[in-house]
Amino acid sequence: MNQFLSFVKKEFRHIFRDKRTMLILLGMPIAQIILFGFAITTEVQNIRVAVLDSSKDISTQRIIDRIDASKYFNIAQTIHNYDEVDKVFQCGDADLVIVFEERFNENLIHTGKAQIQLIADATDPNTATTEINYITSIINSVQLELMGTNFVPIQIIPEIRMLYNPQMKSAYNFVPGVMGLILMLVCSMMTSISIVREKEMGTMEILLVSPMRPIYIVLSKVMPYFLLSCVNLTTILLLSVFVLGVPVAGSLFWLILVSFVFIVVSLSLGMLISTLAVNQVAAMLMSGMVLMMPVLLLSGMIFPIENMPQILQWLSNIIPARWYISAIRKLMIEGTAITFVLKELAILLFMAFFFITVSLKKFKIRLQ
Amino acid sequence: MLTDKIIVAENLTKKFGDFTAVDNVSFTVNRGEIFGFLGANGAGKTTAMRMLCGLSKPTSGKGWVAGFDIWKQSEKVKKNIGYMSQKFSLYKDLKVWENIRLFAGIYGMKDKEIAVKADEMLNRLEFINERNTLVKQLPLGWKQKLAFSIAIFHEPQIVFLDEPTGGVDPTTRRQFWELIYHASGQGITVFVTTHYMDEAEYCNRVSIMVDGRIDALDTPAKLKQQFGVLNMDEVFQQLARHAKRSG
Amino acid sequence: MVTVQNITKQYGKTEALKNVSFSTGVGEIFGIIGPDGAGKTTLFRILTTLLLPDSGTAIVNGLDVVKDYKQIRNNVGYMPGRFSLYQDLTVEENLNFFAAVFNTTVKENYYLIKGIYKQIEPFKKRKAGALSGGMKQKLALSCALVHKPEVLFLDEPTTGVDPVSRKEFWEMLKDLKKQGITILVSTPYMDEAALCDHIALIQLGRIMSINTPQQIVAEYRNKLYATKSESNYRLLKQLKLRSDVASCYISGEYLHVVFKNNTAPFIENVEIHNIQPTIEDCFIQLMGVNNVDR
Repeated sequence: MNQFLSFVKKEFRHIFRDKRTMLILLGMPIAQIILFGFAITTEVQNIRVAVLDSSKDISTQRIIDRIDASKYFNIAQTIHNYDEVDKVFQCGDADLVIVFEERFNENLIHTGKAQIQLIADATDPNTATTEINYITSIINSVQLELMGTNFVPIQIIPEIRMLYNPQMKSAYNFVPGVMGLILMLVCSMMTSISIVREKEMGTMEILLVSPMRPIYIVLSKVMPYFLLSCVNLTTILLLSVFVLGVPVAGSLFWLILVSFVFIVVSLSLGMLISTLAVNQVAAMLMSGMVLMMPVLLLSGMIFPIENMPQILQWLSNIIPARWYISAIRKLMIEGTAITFVLKELAILLFMAFFFITVSLKKFKIRLQ
Repeated sequence: MLTDKIIVAENLTKKFGDFTAVDNVSFTVNRGEIFGFLGANGAGKTTAMRMLCGLSKPTSGKGWVAGFDIWKQSEKVKKNIGYMSQKFSLYKDLKVWENIRLFAGIYGMKDKEIAVKADEMLNRLEFINERNTLVKQLPLGWKQKLAFSIAIFHEPQIVFLDEPTGGVDPTTRRQFWELIYHASGQGITVFVTTHYMDEAEYCNRVSIMVDGRIDALDTPAKLKQQFGVLNMDEVFQQLARHAKRSG
Repeated sequence: MVTVQNITKQYGKTEALKNVSFSTGVGEIFGIIGPDGAGKTTLFRILTTLLLPDSGTAIVNGLDVVKDYKQIRNNVGYMPGRFSLYQDLTVEENLNFFAAVFNTTVKENYYLIKGIYKQIEPFKKRKAGALSGGMKQKLALSCALVHKPEVLFLDEPTTGVDPVSRKEFWEMLKDLKKQGITILVSTPYMDEAALCDHIALIQLGRIMSINTPQQIVAEYRNKLYATKSESNYRLLKQLKLRSDVASCYISGEYLHVVFKNNTAPFIENVEIHNIQPTIEDCFIQLMGVNNVDR
């Protein structure tokens, strides 16, 4: 036990004495969360609107005028055919398309209901949401005015269509992504580098020629990064709740538990990398290429998995972060019960078991 | 121009913070001589050598190498010297021939000239069959001999050797010194550091650095006489034993 | 104490060790002497259970290096070739850490390391990375000794170290020997051979000779002569051209010469006298006999 504690203490000394790494480790989550926080509050202006007005009556004209008068929107062009919608977006001529149904005014007067379709380019989901919100409020105000003159309860029903990014990932959804990324980075990359450093320095030789059991060597190397990850997890959660205003909708207990499982997966991946890499640069590259890129690209953090080619979807299945991010999205953002996350949890548990077994098998009690 | 004094150091000093690595060192090296630069670990040899090679600026003092001011003409100094150290000498993942071409190219030699001279050199070293061998596959002693030959390939006026024979077997070590003698015979000045005291005897003159200063500088014979001992090892022991900076 | 029988180890095509056998007595200093690439480090790694030999057996302290590696790890001390301590930890922290790793405390075996550690104790709050070469070496030795090992493996402890620190280091080894610790030490410096009880001269993975330093010198096959002149290099070239010279090489201020009929001819203006060979002369001769060029 004394062996183990001394080792952990030594490991913390390494971490605390390397000020630069410390700053990166603890500062990175803060920086990332704040960056995404700014992304949420992007102001939009001069949005180019294309109009498909099949009705051409007073009501539609009134709405169009009002939109054009607003400082946020400019009516950029009029289109005559629904098929042109795609073209307008693809040529980059408009950010938003408004489609009025036929006999808009008639319907409004006779049935009290009329439909407007709002189509937005959601490749940039944040902007798209803001645009839709602004334009809906303009339509609502027109609706109120019309009601005021007619004393009839009327309803304009906006039907919103987001093109290119149908589930509308808002910046809120980045929080689970950031969590996955940072935990993966701290655990896998830092653990593997710190183990490989001992090999490179030659200290591993002395440690191996000591009575300390290899499993304890690995455990005590992993311990500090486990604790650091917990600190990071807390920072991210606190920042997202109090700075970004993203509440934890589901159970905090399960959220933390699933995170622990993911941390264990990442740590054991780090161990596995350390058994394969010969030097620190190799460890860094391996964790960079094998972990970072896939986490960024394939985990669904940035690009929705549903929109990927089939082969990449399959590939994404073997990426631990994919399951973690999905679980956290459900638990934290959607607020679902743990029963809906059982699949993700099971997969993560299996991965943890798998990586630990493999890395323990691979850990060499000798050199080479 | 300073013609026979190829290295002149006047009160060279280098400080790192409040640590004086090289303390007011003055000496000269004659053209064509083999100059042994000895000293305990941490005595300031490497720092002094770096200043002379134009790799670091002295805190104070003056120096000329091959007639060029180490303050103002460090680029010219570098053009006129060769350098080889135990730690880094050649690219291990390049072939023998590729290393030659690379280093000769760095010093601006023409391809044709390189080709002719390289064959001549490899023949002399009896390495001609290893032309296309990766350097990392060569035994250490061969590597060091090759590295030295490459360091003087562009015919510098002076070559700096930093512990060139560390760990090399006794036979190859002697072959290495024969290369040094040969180079010296061709007029190349050799400035060499070593921990082998028998190698100190091979030098024309030897300086011994202790705590950043040069405490002794003379021919091996005169040094032994001066200290009343039989070999250079004892001279060294007497001088370095009193060093304050622990070695 | 340490018995090695027919150890062979290959890395790919290169044979690092070929049929190496020797054995050491208890409480002696056994020197493995040879240049870089001779296989010294591979041998030490096999003996410290870090590598498996391809064939052959090795017994350390009555334990087999392959089967009983766990027990061996409890009672040997090992100082690898490079400085292998934590540069960002202080002197004290390094020592305490290695004591803990070996399930002991610095206090418990302080008497053993006192002589060495005392010299660096004034700097105990300094980071190991900021120590000078000689002090690093002392710290590394203290760390290797802190658990009171019965056998100490020192892989090239004096490489790149200046002659004064080297001398000090050998003094420390002599003191340790008095404590009854068996010491296996490797070195490329031939002059250190005289300080060992027994030495093995190793070159290209093969042991060329094992004996006491005195006996190895006594076994030198030829008469060795020394000579010198104003320009040794010129004399060397001159002698090499002679048909009666078997070998000739520089050695310190002299040239060492072996003549084919073991008698020195008269050469005008050149004074030649018979001398005792050194270990280095023996090594050079053995290298020639084994005809190993690479």
